[in-house]
Amino acid sequence: MRALAVVSMLAWRNLWRNHRRTIVMVSAITIAVWAMIFMTALMRGMVNDMIRDGIRALPGHVQVHHPDFRDDPSINNLIPMSDAALTAAFSRSDLDGWSSRVKVPAIISSERESRGVTLIGVDPELEQSIEGIGSNVAEGRNLEDVNDGGVIIGRKLAEKLDTELGKRVVLMSQDPDNEIADRGYRVVGLFEANLELQEEIFVFAGKATLQKMLGIENQVTEVAVLAADYRDVSDETEQVRALMNGDVEVLPWQELNNYLGSMLKVMDGFVLVWMIVVFLALSFGLVNTLVMAVFERVREIGLMLALGMRPASILGQIIVESILLLIIGLILGNTLAWASVVPLQDGIDISAVAQGMEMFGASSILYPELTLDDIVLANVVVLVLGFFASLSPAWRASRYEPIEAITKV
Amino acid sequence: MNIILRLAWRNLWRQPRRTWLTVGAMVFSNALLVFMISIQFSTYELMIDNTLQAFTGHIQVQAPGYKDDLKMRQVVPDVIELASSLRRELGTETIAARAAAFALASSEERSYGLQIYGVETQFESFVSTIPGLVRDGRYLKDQDAAEIVIGKVLARNLRVSLGDEVTLLGSGRDGSFAAAIATVVGIFDSGVPDIDRSIAEVPLGFFDDVFYMEGAGHQIVITAPDLISVDPLKMQTEALVPASLAVHDWDALQPSLKQAIQADLGSAFFMYGVLVILVAFSVLNTQLMSVLERTHEFGITMSLGIAPGRLGRLVFLETAMMGLLGLVLGALIGGVVTVWFGYTGFSYPGMEEMAVNFNLPSRFYPQASILTLFLGPTIVFVGGMFAAIYPALRLHWLHPVEAMRAAP
Repeated sequence: MRALAVVSMLAWRNLWRNHRRTIVMVSAITIAVWAMIFMTALMRGMVNDMIRDGIRALPGHVQVHHPDFRDDPSINNLIPMSDAALTAAFSRSDLDGWSSRVKVPAIISSERESRGVTLIGVDPELEQSIEGIGSNVAEGRNLEDVNDGGVIIGRKLAEKLDTELGKRVVLMSQDPDNEIADRGYRVVGLFEANLELQEEIFVFAGKATLQKMLGIENQVTEVAVLAADYRDVSDETEQVRALMNGDVEVLPWQELNNYLGSMLKVMDGFVLVWMIVVFLALSFGLVNTLVMAVFERVREIGLMLALGMRPASILGQIIVESILLLIIGLILGNTLAWASVVPLQDGIDISAVAQGMEMFGASSILYPELTLDDIVLANVVVLVLGFFASLSPAWRASRYEPIEAITKV
Repeated sequence: MNIILRLAWRNLWRQPRRTWLTVGAMVFSNALLVFMISIQFSTYELMIDNTLQAFTGHIQVQAPGYKDDLKMRQVVPDVIELASSLRRELGTETIAARAAAFALASSEERSYGLQIYGVETQFESFVSTIPGLVRDGRYLKDQDAAEIVIGKVLARNLRVSLGDEVTLLGSGRDGSFAAAIATVVGIFDSGVPDIDRSIAEVPLGFFDDVFYMEGAGHQIVITAPDLISVDPLKMQTEALVPASLAVHDWDALQPSLKQAIQADLGSAFFMYGVLVILVAFSVLNTQLMSVLERTHEFGITMSLGIAPGRLGRLVFLETAMMGLLGLVLGALIGGVVTVWFGYTGFSYPGMEEMAVNFNLPSRFYPQASILTLFLGPTIVFVGGMFAAIYPALRLHWLHPVEAMRAAP
């Protein structure tokens, strides 16, 4: 213990012998650590936001469909269990939120314009537990019950259709016999979403009303289930699978939306690669500093060896010196990262490239997210790799031949 | 060799390990920058090409407001005449007129909503890749025939094949009911599921009949030979079309494309900036140490009458030599890596799913160019030179007599 204290004291004092070099190195480490954490916080914020938005668009972390429905979203690909049977099965389970829906491609027409949309018949009560985009009604009212005769459309779609709250629109789709099924609906609410596209393509109606229009009473095309943590939904997927009879496809959101699912994985890989790259760029300077520090002290090290200090202690001393340097840099870097993320908590407005961000599936306000995991990862990467980087100069220092070292000019 | 050059070169190799470590930092960053920037730039080019050549074209003539609202009644009057006069005046074939409408397409079994385009059958292949992507059957020929070309996914979903009839239902230009029956003559496969699911093309004459267009259309698409000639072509076009019409270039038509590139560049430049700064710190440390070590020596040379400015230039020269070494080696290694991946292709797990979103293939083949080879390394070089300012300035504060007392 005392040996360590002595070594640490020596290392600390050695650091400040050449304070300029130490300050330059500490600044470099600080900037590197800041960049690691800050960049990660920005990317995390963006990706998590994208995933939340994406999940809101296909609300429900686990979904059940007819096996052919996703490729061919037709009214003929209904879930083989009746709505009543589904309700019975799900109310027995201990899943938090679930909802059954009728989701069909349709054409919406106002007096002036027509658009292709995805028409979703929902049960407002069940849907509340899932919080999809349709529940974010900005103007007008929400759907009241399954028999509601109104529709909720996106604000953007209302603009494009030249229609407004209270006006009538006609929705047209096909019934199972491929007859055109249509019905007039009153626009009772306008919803808002972070992504414009979502405001354009989704239209929500009462489930029973839609079932009647399509002639598929008591049948649905989709069941959506909410999971406790969106990152890991495997438990819920299994639970739902156990509840279903017949030929259905039960999929977690990662597989329903490959882009978002892979995003999460790519992101984890990217964070690690980014941190390692930054560290490598830093490591040249770190090794350089240590090499110089050893070089300057060759005679001194020789003397210590001659006086009987064991090579292991020399090795330890150089490594402790390096770790101390890194720790100072880490403390400053972490503080700086925290101090620069906190004022940005309310979001960074990047609406200048809003439509470009929408192409990535991200919204135009970036909320940096500082997570403990990422901070720990950055610190561990710096300390562990820093330890390995300082091994070589430290090893060389401990291998000096005392006599040669002392006489070196 | 100039004596100063030789002096600077020798000074560098007094501490070979230190110099190599500093050069190593540069080489590492430079090689990485060359590779990353090459990938980025070739990706952007692909994104632009794939997106624009598929359908949008480089320039479009439309009614003002049409690109945002896409309303049926925002039309370009006498669209065929205007398109042919543009072809004549601009001396190019790569111009075609289109009209567009939403409609419900029904087969015997299924119905789907889709975007229908009326196209000039003999010119569409000059502005869009879709005619060339017809895998089954043929593309449209007769300007007035009741024929339709649809995407592969739509054909599968509608359960139709060549020769089957599809019913189209929608609203005409005046808001009235429009209906028609068309025969499927071709099925295209663009590889982009969204396009294959939601786009269908019919001859413009037939479209005009069905949707009561009365000779009007919605867009005239112009393809430029390359991106650089888009601007002059746009100006020429503006002079040729009536002032009541709007001429948009691809930026305006697909703002998402340019902005996606800008957003990506923004985050990339932040990362590159960090690398450059870290390298600069490495240089700063090395040069500062090398100046401090030579305090005694500098004292002597100054007392012999050499001005501090000249010594400062020596420090800069040393830095420039180191920087140049890093630049050349970095560009070389980065270039070799880029060319290697340019042959074998580059991919990472999860990229396939992401690439589809941007009309990109699942493997990248980065292309090295003079720009991508030297952009990053040059910035690193300049960053290194900036870092040498402080060590060089210190020489001005040096007192020859005191300096000579420093340990040699």
